[in-house]
Amino acid sequence: MAIKDYLRERFFPHMWCPGCGHGTVLNTLLRAVEDLGLNKNDIVMTSGIGCSARISGYVDFHSLHTIHGRALAFATGVKLSRPELTLLVPMGDGDALAIGGNHFIHAARRNIDITAIVMNNRIYGMTGGQYSPLSGPGKKATTAPYKTIDNQFDVVELSKAAGASFVARTTTYHVQEAIEIFKKAITHKGFSVVEILTQCPTHYGRKNKEGDAVNMLEIYRDTTAKVGSKALTENPALLGRGIFVDKDTPEYCEEYEKIIQLAMREVA
Amino acid sequence: MNEQIKFIQGNEACVEGALYAGLEFFAGYPITPSTEIAELLSQLLPQKGGKFIQMEDEIASMCAIIGASLTGHKVMTATSGPGFSLKQEAIGYACMAEIPCVIVNVQRGGPSTGNPTHVSQGDVNQARWGTHGDHAIIALTASNHQDVFAITVDAFNLAETYRTPVVLLFDEVVGHMREKLVVPEKGEIAIVDRLRTSVGKGVDYHPYLPREDGRLPMSDFGGDHRYNVTGLFHDMWGFPSNDPKVVKDLLHHLVDKIETNVNIISRYKEHYLEDAEYIMISYGSSARSAIHMARHRREKGEKIGVLELQSLWPFPEAVVREKCAGAKAVIVVEMNMGQVMRQVKACVDRPETVFLANRIDGKLITPTNIKGILRVIQGRGV
Ligand SMILES: Cc1ncc(C[n+]2csc(CCOP(=O)(O)OP(=O)(O)O)c2C)c(N)n1
Ligand code: SF4
Repeated sequence: MAIKDYLRERFFPHMWCPGCGHGTVLNTLLRAVEDLGLNKNDIVMTSGIGCSARISGYVDFHSLHTIHGRALAFATGVKLSRPELTLLVPMGDGDALAIGGNHFIHAARRNIDITAIVMNNRIYGMTGGQYSPLSGPGKKATTAPYKTIDNQFDVVELSKAAGASFVARTTTYHVQEAIEIFKKAITHKGFSVVEILTQCPTHYGRKNKEGDAVNMLEIYRDTTAKVGSKALTENPALLGRGIFVDKDTPEYCEEYEKIIQLAMREVA
Repeated sequence: MNEQIKFIQGNEACVEGALYAGLEFFAGYPITPSTEIAELLSQLLPQKGGKFIQMEDEIASMCAIIGASLTGHKVMTATSGPGFSLKQEAIGYACMAEIPCVIVNVQRGGPSTGNPTHVSQGDVNQARWGTHGDHAIIALTASNHQDVFAITVDAFNLAETYRTPVVLLFDEVVGHMREKLVVPEKGEIAIVDRLRTSVGKGVDYHPYLPREDGRLPMSDFGGDHRYNVTGLFHDMWGFPSNDPKVVKDLLHHLVDKIETNVNIISRYKEHYLEDAEYIMISYGSSARSAIHMARHRREKGEKIGVLELQSLWPFPEAVVREKCAGAKAVIVVEMNMGQVMRQVKACVDRPETVFLANRIDGKLITPTNIKGILRVIQGRGV
């Protein structure tokens, strides 16, 4: 199927600013779905609120655009009630880890078979550039005119600690890598987290003097390195990319199926 | 046959009613005095192949049932005051996206943590206006276990008929009290199943285009029709829109589908109402005291009766106005500071004849309490 067949043309033009990384996330994600040959009727995309969350309107899957921070809770209801469906949940960094942080760690803890995509632009794009729990200290935002003092979450470490059975990080600069990671995350049975750094030139870039989209992409190129690479070992200041966790642990819906068997035996 | 007669708590009667109505998915978070509903369903649902999940909070529980409703299942959550507050944003989402679901609120005293183990009826207005923005909602209640069962079935039926969240406003006394329940035979109470679209595969399905009768047939997520569901104002495709006409029409649709059917949705019972000069209006556990009082006074020849409301929202204005037309006085018996009384005053012909008999101290209002207030109204002294 051509990539166009996965899009809802009626929904276009999209709402993202020129140079926004969210379009690249959409593109790489759809290429992964295409490569895997998934049936559109089997995919449900659930999202919250934010520029990132608008992605669910553009895809020709079953799409559930919900409320800020709660996408994973809605997705849990969809998945547990129909485990045969494939759940994709793209979220902004604020959506996933500020207002939605509790749902995030609990979905990871349950290891429910959902692919969570943290579209990390280190800022609140939709509301106009306030700092997020992934901004980190020393950044500029409309709510941090002097600078931020809040520490940031490390999405990889947080996901690992919370129990996600697949954890990866990539960027919108590394599109081939992103496609491969998405494919693995989607096929993985259990809770998968993909953090993808995605540029917001309009707010983060401008406030933090990172230049235009091209400049920001170059920063992703120059400040990250593949896990296991010489570059990363030699320079711990670089941010690791690649797959950090990929393990088999009991999946929630499969475990619940066993509870049903147990309960049914008890009444029989 | 014997199995069908039970001696149980009101919360259990609610569970029985939900299962009878076809409940398949429950998500919840423990909170007194509703917890027994979750506990019992964690046991019973998997026995029928249904699903139970204890979520991380009430917000998540509300969101999870909406997700499960979209895959074609009958869903419910249960909570009390603080949890009901947390659910409000997602309840508004269910109103906007028109997702059938049932929310049980076994009321306790509030505000805040309030009085967890004691009775109150303080969430009547929250059930109506808890979520932001103009909207309509259905809220039902009951005073005894047989009615709790039946009204719970009704809640599921109305949720499906009008594609709306339905709130079941019970209270601590009804929830925890034990009494007899005769579970009706299958088929005795009609069940409304999900109305699914007849539009075939490959043919355009408009998820938000009402049929001639105003109903919106659904298509299960995972089925042949892929469409968008959103909390934004949306067109017939489910696509976000801020076109002024789309916005206005949708808001009218959401409100009108319920408000214009108030007479069909209204549920009430009459106790000794014929020729009554004094009418008590009550609901939930306080109605038990009102009915008890009326029975007692009737034996003494006094013309007093009870209009027991079982639907609080949309408020059954026409019923109240008509039934109270000839009354010397109307006494609203409730356990809050007059939430239903204000509705009654607003719709009767002579609001100056409407009085409040209430109790707000966490104790069930008694027939003696009501009798005292009635004496004052009747000018018979304190
Ligand atoms: C309950 C609630 N609080 C606040 C908002 C306002 N709001 C909308 S999007 C957003 C943050 C968006 O940032 P992020 O999730 O990082 O996504 P981005 O727009 O950067 O892609 C906020 C705070 C809201 N919609 N709902
Ligand atoms: S504000 Fe930022 S995140 Fe939002 S669309 Fe524009 S560039 Fe993208």
